[in-house]
Amino acid sequence: MAKEANVVEKEEVFVRFSGDSGDGMQLTGTLFSDTLALGGNDISTFPDFPSEIRAPQGTVAGVSGFQVNFGNTKISTPGDYADVLVAMNPAAIKANIKFTKHGGTIIFDRDSFNEKNLVKAGYKTLDPIAEDKLEDFNIIPVGVTSLTKETLKDLDLDNKSVLRCKNMFALGLICWIFDLKLDHIESYIRTKFRKKPIIVEANLRVLKSGYNYGENIQELTPRYLVNPAEIEPGIYRNISGNVATAWGLLAASEKSGRELFLGSYPITPATDVLQTLANRKDLGVKTFQAEDEIAGICTSLGAAFAGDLAVTSTSGPGFALKSEGLGLAVMAELPIVVVNVQRAGPSTGIPTKTEQSDLLQALYGRNGESPCVVIAATTPSDCFYYAFMAAKIALERMTPVVLLTDGFLANGSEPWKIPSMSDMPAITPNIAKDAATYKAYARDPQTFAREWAFPGMEGFQHRIGGLEKGITGSVNSDFNNHQDMTDARAAKVAQVVDYVPDLEVLGEQEGELLVVGWGGTFGHLATAVRQLRNEGKSISLAQFNFINPLPANTREVFAKFRKIVVCELNMGQFAGYLRDKEPGFEYYQYNKVMGQPFTVHELVDNFKKHLEE
Amino acid sequence: MDDQITYTQKDFKSENEVRWCPGCGDHAIMNSIQRAMANLGRKHEDFAVISGIGCSSRFPYYMSTFGFHTIHGRASAVASGVKCANPNLCIWQITGDGDALAIGGNHFIHLVRRNIDINLVLFNNKIYGLTKGQYSPTTDRGAITKSSPFGTIEDPFNPGKLVIGAGGNFFARSIDSNVKFTQEVFEEAARHEGTSVCEVLQNCVIFNDGVHNAITDPEFRADRQLFLKHGEKMIFGANNEKGIVFEKGRLKAVTIGQDGYTLDDILVHDAEEPTGWLQMLLCSMGLPELPVAFGVIRSVKAPVYDQVLVEQIEEVKASSPIKCMDDLLNSGDTWEVK
Repeated sequence: MAKEANVVEKEEVFVRFSGDSGDGMQLTGTLFSDTLALGGNDISTFPDFPSEIRAPQGTVAGVSGFQVNFGNTKISTPGDYADVLVAMNPAAIKANIKFTKHGGTIIFDRDSFNEKNLVKAGYKTLDPIAEDKLEDFNIIPVGVTSLTKETLKDLDLDNKSVLRCKNMFALGLICWIFDLKLDHIESYIRTKFRKKPIIVEANLRVLKSGYNYGENIQELTPRYLVNPAEIEPGIYRNISGNVATAWGLLAASEKSGRELFLGSYPITPATDVLQTLANRKDLGVKTFQAEDEIAGICTSLGAAFAGDLAVTSTSGPGFALKSEGLGLAVMAELPIVVVNVQRAGPSTGIPTKTEQSDLLQALYGRNGESPCVVIAATTPSDCFYYAFMAAKIALERMTPVVLLTDGFLANGSEPWKIPSMSDMPAITPNIAKDAATYKAYARDPQTFAREWAFPGMEGFQHRIGGLEKGITGSVNSDFNNHQDMTDARAAKVAQVVDYVPDLEVLGEQEGELLVVGWGGTFGHLATAVRQLRNEGKSISLAQFNFINPLPANTREVFAKFRKIVVCELNMGQFAGYLRDKEPGFEYYQYNKVMGQPFTVHELVDNFKKHLEE
Repeated sequence: MDDQITYTQKDFKSENEVRWCPGCGDHAIMNSIQRAMANLGRKHEDFAVISGIGCSSRFPYYMSTFGFHTIHGRASAVASGVKCANPNLCIWQITGDGDALAIGGNHFIHLVRRNIDINLVLFNNKIYGLTKGQYSPTTDRGAITKSSPFGTIEDPFNPGKLVIGAGGNFFARSIDSNVKFTQEVFEEAARHEGTSVCEVLQNCVIFNDGVHNAITDPEFRADRQLFLKHGEKMIFGANNEKGIVFEKGRLKAVTIGQDGYTLDDILVHDAEEPTGWLQMLLCSMGLPELPVAFGVIRSVKAPVYDQVLVEQIEEVKASSPIKCMDDLLNSGDTWEVK
C-alpha cells in the first residue's frame, strides 16, 4: 500500500463549550482561552455562536456557547468544526453535533441526560448516542453534576450555588486533557469572589476535582489529527488507530477463515483494541479479558495452538510481561500477533503520552536467540493495513509478529477512505494437509515455515513445547540440532522479506539529506520535509514500516544521499539498529522523549542545520 | 459420547521414552489418565494435553494425543485459550504443586473462578523435584529442604480449600498408588462440565520419598483414609466401624457404637452442596485427629465459560445487522467525497 504523500499536520484544536445560558459557558470559555494564551498558544475565540450554527428553530433555544480555536501556528479565524465539544445538557449536543468533526470528542454531563431534558432537546429516544449515530465519536460521559455535588457535600452551600460550580468541573477536566496549568484560573477565582470565601473554596475544589478526574480516568483525547490535503473521491469514515488496528485484525480473520481470538489485559493506551473487539461478537470474535498480561499472551498461544488467528494487545510494561510468552511463540513457532501501543517509559512511565521507545524491546527483549517479525504502522488509518499484514505474515509463515503503534496513532484519528474487502490481499494459512507425512517441524524449503496442524485434526496428533525439539516436535538437546533449529528460525524471519515492499522515498530519489523515520512520526516528518522541498531544499524522507526484516533496497536508498538523519521519539534505538544492520553509513540522529510528537518547527530547524553544514 | 469409539490404554502412549525416575508416582498417574481417556468415548484427536514446567509437565511428550509443553506456571492460561478456541476439545492440564500454586497461582485461581471446562490434574509431591529439592507452596511447615535447611517458616496451601475459596465447582483428591481409584476420579472429573481440579498425592522417590507414607502405610491406611461418595455416609476403618460426625462446629472422627454414637449420627457426603462450607472442612481433614479425605469432594453444576462464550456470540450474531467486514466498514457515520 503506497503511503499517503499528502499529509498535513493539524496543529490547531477547536474546542466548543456549550450548555444552558445559566451554565456559565462564557466564563468557562474565557478562562480556558486566557490560560491557553498565557501558555503561548495562538488563539481565536468566538464568545457566542453565529446564528447559522444555532440549532434549528424551535428546538433548543436556550443553548449558549463559547468556542476557542488554538494552536502553535498562526490562527486567524475560529474553525467551523469542533474537535472537542463540551456539552452540559442534551440540547447542547443536539445543537452542536453537526458542527463537530467526524470522530471528534464529546464530553457531556451524564447527569443531565434524563427523560425530561432529552424530550426538551428534541430527542425521540432515550439514547441520543444511537439516535444521532454518535458511535464513532469519542464519547466521554461524565457525571458532572453528581461529582460537583459530591465534591461540595461538606460545604455549607445551597443547592443553587453548588450547581453554579459545575462549569468549573468541566473546565478542570478540559485543562487536564490539554496539559494546562490551573494557576491563572485559580487566581481569577480568588480575586473575583474575594468577598465570598466559601464560593472561592467551592469553585477551587470543583476545578481541582475536574482536573483530578481527568487524571483518574486517563482520558485520551486526540489532539493531533493528520488529514490528507487532497482527498480522493470515495466513501469515507473517521477512524482512530486503535479501532483501525482492531478492524485490521477482523479483516484478516475474515480473509483467512480463522476465528479471531484476543487475549488481553486492559492497559492505557491499548485498551480500546480490546473494547473494540469485545463489541464485535457479531463477527465471531472471542475476546478474553485475562487476569494479567502474561495470561493475555498465554491464552493467545493456546488459541494459536488450537487453530485460531490469535492476538494479544498491550503497551510497554505489559509487553515486558509478555516476553517469556513471546519467546515460547518463537520456539514453538506459533502464529500470533502482539500489538504494542507504545507509551512513554520506562516502567509505568507516562501512560497517556506517546513514545517510540519499545523498539529494542520488540526486537530483542527475550532470552535466547529469539527473532521476531517487527512491523510498525505510520498513520491512524494504516493501522488497519499493518494489523492485517501482521496477521497475514503470522498465519502464512508460522511466526509471531509484533505490531508497533503508539499512543499518538492509537488515539489520533483521520478520515479514511473505506476499503472493500474484495481489494484486500488473500491470506492462506499454512495448514497441514497430509497426515501420513506430517512432521510438526518439517519446513518449506523456500520459506522455512512449518505446517500448522491443530487438535481436532484426525491423524495429526503431535507434541510441541518450549524445549528445543527435533523435526517431529519431540525434545532434542543435541548440539547440532540446536544450531540447525536456531538457524532455521532466523532464516524463516529473514525470509519474511518476501512481504516487504521496497522502501519508498518521498521526494527526490537522491540528494543532500535523507530523513529516516519509522512508525507514527510520519505525519510530522513528511510535513517538515515537504515544507523544505517547497523552499527548494534537497531533502527526502524514507519512512519504515518493516523493521525486521528491513526492506531489501534499504542500502540502495541510503547510498544515494550525502547525509542521513534518523528521527525518532526515543534516544536512538532505530539509529543503533541501522548501524548494526546497514553499516557503512553515518547516521545522524534527532531524538525526543518528552511524551509529545515531534513538531514540524523543530524538525525544520534541525534539517536546515544539516543542510547548511 | 460416541459408542462406536473404543480405545485402550496403549492407544494413548507415545513412542517417546518415559524418563521419570524409577518408582516415581508419575508413572502410575499416567496409567490412570490413559485408562480414563480410553473410557471417555471421545475421539482421540479431540484430546489435548497441556502442561507447564516441572517433572510432571513432561507428561505431554509421553502421550500420543495433541500436546503442548508450555512455560512455567502458565499452563492454566494456555489451556484456557485452547478450550475457548475450540470448545469441542477434551483438555487435560498437567501441573504440579509449584507450577500450579506458586508461579502459576494467579492463573490457577482465575481458571477455577471462570469455570472453563478443563480437567486439571495437580501432582502434589510437596517439593520441587526438577530443581532438586526446594520447598513448594504445599510443603508442610517446618520441613527441612534444600532451600529451608532450618525448616520452612510458612504454612502450605491446601489445594482443595484454595479451589473452593476461589469459587471452584469440582475438586477431588486421590493418591498415585491407587491406580484404579484415581482412574475413576479422573473419569468423573472429565465428565464434569467446567473446571475440575484433581489433586493427586504423588511420591517423589528422590527428593521427598515417603512424604505421604503416614497416609498410605498399609498397616494404618484403613484408619487414615476416608473415601467419599456422594450420598453415602462418611465411614472408614478396616471394618467400616468409624465415621465422621459434625459436632460443635467441627468435624470429629468417632467409632460407631462407642460413646453413644450410632450410624445415624454419621454425616452423609453431599458433593453437590453449592456453598461448600462442609466440603471445605473435608478438604482440611488430616492426621493425626482425622483421616484424609479422598474422592470427589465437590461437584457442583454451574455456568461453563466456554459454553456461554459460544452462546453469547451466537445470540449477538443473530440480532446484529453486521454480518461481515464490509458491513462493519460501512456502518455508522460515513460520507461521500466526490
